Amino acid sequence: MELIKTAFFGSTKSKVQLIGVIAALVILFLSPQFLNTYMPNFLAKLIAYVVLSLSWTIFSGKTGYISLASAAFYGLGMYIEALFGMNIPLPVVMVFAAAVAFAVAFGVGVVTLRLRGVYFTIFTFGLALFLQKSILWIEVKFFHTKGRMVLAYSNEAVFYCVLVVFAILIFVVILMNKSRFGLALDCIGQNEDSAQHIGVNTTMTKVLAFAISAAPAGAVGAAIGTSIGYVDPDIAFNMLLSFLPVLMAIFGGMRSMYGPIVGAVIFFVLQDYLMREYANLYMIIFGAVMVVVILFMPKGIFGLVDKAIAKRQRNFDGEVIGDVK
Amino acid sequence: MSNNVLIQGIGLTKRFGGMTAVNCVDFELRDGEILGLIGPNGAGKSTLFNLISGFIPTDSGETAFLGKKITGLTPNKVCHLGLGRTFQAAKNFPDMSLRENVRMGALFGVPDQTYAKAETETDEIIAYIGLGKYAGTAVPDIPLAGQKQIEVARALATKPKVLLLDELMAGLNPAEVDEAMALVKKIRGTGVTVLLIEHVMKAIMNICDRIIVLHHGALIAEGTPEQIGSNKEVIEIYLGEV
Repeated sequence: MELIKTAFFGSTKSKVQLIGVIAALVILFLSPQFLNTYMPNFLAKLIAYVVLSLSWTIFSGKTGYISLASAAFYGLGMYIEALFGMNIPLPVVMVFAAAVAFAVAFGVGVVTLRLRGVYFTIFTFGLALFLQKSILWIEVKFFHTKGRMVLAYSNEAVFYCVLVVFAILIFVVILMNKSRFGLALDCIGQNEDSAQHIGVNTTMTKVLAFAISAAPAGAVGAAIGTSIGYVDPDIAFNMLLSFLPVLMAIFGGMRSMYGPIVGAVIFFVLQDYLMREYANLYMIIFGAVMVVVILFMPKGIFGLVDKAIAKRQRNFDGEVIGDVK
Repeated sequence: MSNNVLIQGIGLTKRFGGMTAVNCVDFELRDGEILGLIGPNGAGKSTLFNLISGFIPTDSGETAFLGKKITGLTPNKVCHLGLGRTFQAAKNFPDMSLRENVRMGALFGVPDQTYAKAETETDEIIAYIGLGKYAGTAVPDIPLAGQKQIEVARALATKPKVLLLDELMAGLNPAEVDEAMALVKKIRGTGVTVLLIEHVMKAIMNICDRIIVLHHGALIAEGTPEQIGSNKEVIEIYLGEV
């Protein structure tokens, strides 16, 4: 309760943030009333990207352990929808998909997050491939098929389902940033040795954060699966989706919650535009943009803002210390 | 000063491949004392610290803290039992303010700590160490002596009974060394027992009640500063002839 109070009403900044977030969610909620029938589909995919990027940041952005498992959790969600979607309503399947993603991530975390360094990244990359190939083998061997049909829902239904995931996620992120748990993750990211020696249970914190970050990916995977209509292992476990959240978060900047959101929006809109207008040159232009961003804005778009503020503050502080001496 | 043993190491051993970094070391840290741990570079001093704090696993032997075996516990659990430590190269949280750095210790170091209590304790400790002068400076821009003090402050914020200090004075100028010596004495004065690794002999000889000497991972001498200062073997391998 205390936490909710400080996170949402603690300062003027947090109140403004709360109002802004609620306003944005309300506008999004009402938007299908004013848009053509294609737009909800576009927005659903856009929000799915935002969810992937923001949820990735919960764990990897804070701790610096780069996860390449987004495709694994997203794909699991899609496949779960394909398996159960015919008989069970989408929202229920989404909750189940989130739970499965949480459980799988928790298991993977327990095994790999005791290790530091690059092993975790390699393992998570392998996880997506492992699931892809295993499911393909099972499908071919036992069901003599490669893919499955997924029950289609209206664009609007999918949009609202994804929007709810986004709404829950954004409140969780705000709460986490103000909580002991979020602070523990910050400590781990900045110096894990020190974090451990001041009493942070680093392994448990990392495992739990990784599991929490996996759940939304599973949920939106299930929702987006219905808008594709057909799922096979190559579509569900598209490795590009493991790298996209990383790129989007770097693009936007990871220091604030808005970085990955803005990064994902720009990324998706740019990708969508380039794919439509310059289908042949899309990857080349896209790659060039990425290189430029990483070269000139290593901390992302929001990193530039941070830098400007920090520069001002440092000049100011420099003067103060000079006076004292 | 009572002679209760706070930390007892029995046969502590750590091997890295074919090299034995710490070889069957027995030692005890008594309540209220300042115990110095000296020895040439590579003698295994920091490794011994790492074994005590649970940072790396012990190959054989065990450490008891307040009579309870702590070998095999993770550093966070050892911290909660009341053992704080610093590192040879200061390990701070670079993107947090000085105050936040200390507050993390107060918040996570004490089980069931409340936010309000962590806040007041943070301010107390910052004032106590005398870090207020860096309040507005970004942590990476604070000079080395200050960086090390932040580590000490953060460790103290976890309310330790025992503080392990790894080369608090290395790289400091003489004036800063004097300050650091005064700080260690002040910390002991508040009832915290100190085990410190140090190369600055002036400090060692002045503030330690007892000294233990490691060489090639083995304990070769133990005694008061006077005894160590006149120990032939220690002079030969570490102190050198004056």
